[in-house]
Amino acid sequence: MALAKRIIPCLDVDNGRVVKGVKFVDIRDAGDPVEIAKRYDQQGADELTFLDITATHNNRDTIVHVVEAIASEVFIPLTVGGGIRKLEDIRRMLNAGADKVGINSAAILRPEFVREAAEKFGSQCIVVAIDAKCTSSKGQPETWEIFTHGGRKATGLNAIEWAKKMVSYGAGEILLTSMDRDGTKSGFDLALTRAVSQAVNTPVIASGGVGKLQDLTDGVKIGQADAVLAASIFHFGEHSVGEAKAQMASQGIEVRI
Amino acid sequence: MRHVAVIDYGMGNLRSVSKALEAVASDVTVKVTADPKLIQSASHVVLPGVGAIRDCIDELARLNLDMIIQEVAQTKPLLGICLGMQALLSHSEENNGINALNIIPGRVRQFDVALPRTERDFKVPQMGWNQVHQLFSHPLWKDIKQDSRFYFVHSYYAEPKDKAVTAATTDYQHDFTSALCKDNIFAAQFHPEKSQHDGLQLLQNFLNWDGQS
Repeated sequence: MALAKRIIPCLDVDNGRVVKGVKFVDIRDAGDPVEIAKRYDQQGADELTFLDITATHNNRDTIVHVVEAIASEVFIPLTVGGGIRKLEDIRRMLNAGADKVGINSAAILRPEFVREAAEKFGSQCIVVAIDAKCTSSKGQPETWEIFTHGGRKATGLNAIEWAKKMVSYGAGEILLTSMDRDGTKSGFDLALTRAVSQAVNTPVIASGGVGKLQDLTDGVKIGQADAVLAASIFHFGEHSVGEAKAQMASQGIEVRI
Repeated sequence: MRHVAVIDYGMGNLRSVSKALEAVASDVTVKVTADPKLIQSASHVVLPGVGAIRDCIDELARLNLDMIIQEVAQTKPLLGICLGMQALLSHSEENNGINALNIIPGRVRQFDVALPRTERDFKVPQMGWNQVHQLFSHPLWKDIKQDSRFYFVHSYYAEPKDKAVTAATTDYQHDFTSALCKDNIFAAQFHPEKSQHDGLQLLQNFLNWDGQS
């Protein structure tokens, strides 16, 4: 008997529709978020994460309505990220029915925001999202740096040090995305995942690169992730969450069936 | 029509709790409220809560809800969830030590955050689905299988003085009290409102409960 490792389907939402880009281009429409959320819930998803990638400010209310609609029908934890910049943004999402919010660039602009958010709403609902790229040259010990703007803008921040800092500021969980792997279907960056998971004492969600079910298992067994996040392998019906859990269970990982 | 009062003291996500109750409530309305009258006239009362214990106890006192909860605890079915469970104990280690409502004698302790790296399977907070081992039958366990998984998010856990009130245990670092019951009070460390079918079943059982075990 133990805590189960979690599988978290991720829905990128643009103007109220679920989309998934490959390295942020080639956006394919994958459907209605409420319908997809219900499908994943029925398949046994442990949580759901929504990333609002709506570019324009005046369409930001759309995600609030999406969350409200899902929270009325789906009774598993919901995380919303994208555009969370002020305490007021967090309040709105929680009031809409989200359980956690993902904070990314706002934390980089002003780390104190994470502390204030954790003090106000509790660490349990503050997920710090980290987008990292490997920046060491071949043959050197691997190091990773935080990038923003969809992986285009370097920050100079070391990913592992940043993760530790964010936890000390009150982050209750780290959502760790490899920008080298995101959308490539070549598997998680396992070295990155393991390095961060060992560095912090809060749960770490591995993200970026899942192309086959074995990648999820590897994320837990080799990457030591507490949860694994994936989008496209579930969206286009290649695999169900149930299949992913069966595969993980067959290799000795405790999952919720 | 009778109503269930979800106590609103400004802590955390009450929409989840009210939506889940609405999903299972057939002959009862759900009122999210800080109004003592609505709490006193309710057939059932839910004390939810996420966040830190000091704010929780301070807010309950500021809104004069601490006395109301003491009264409810004597009179009608009361369900404490997560921080709302911890608030029922006597004392919590959180925030350098806080006296709580003292309805269930005992204390609230923190998971060991200083475990050696090799035992890092036990991250704090415990976040996710863990098994709830029922210690005896109770109306709130109706149609919920032994060792079903419920959703947890917490760094602290209740340690009631009287072991007989522990209704379920869960293994994280060690067995801890994941649910307790005493007379008309039931409390869960996990979040039934986020625990899919079994969570909704527990909420349904609560609404059907007359407070007798």
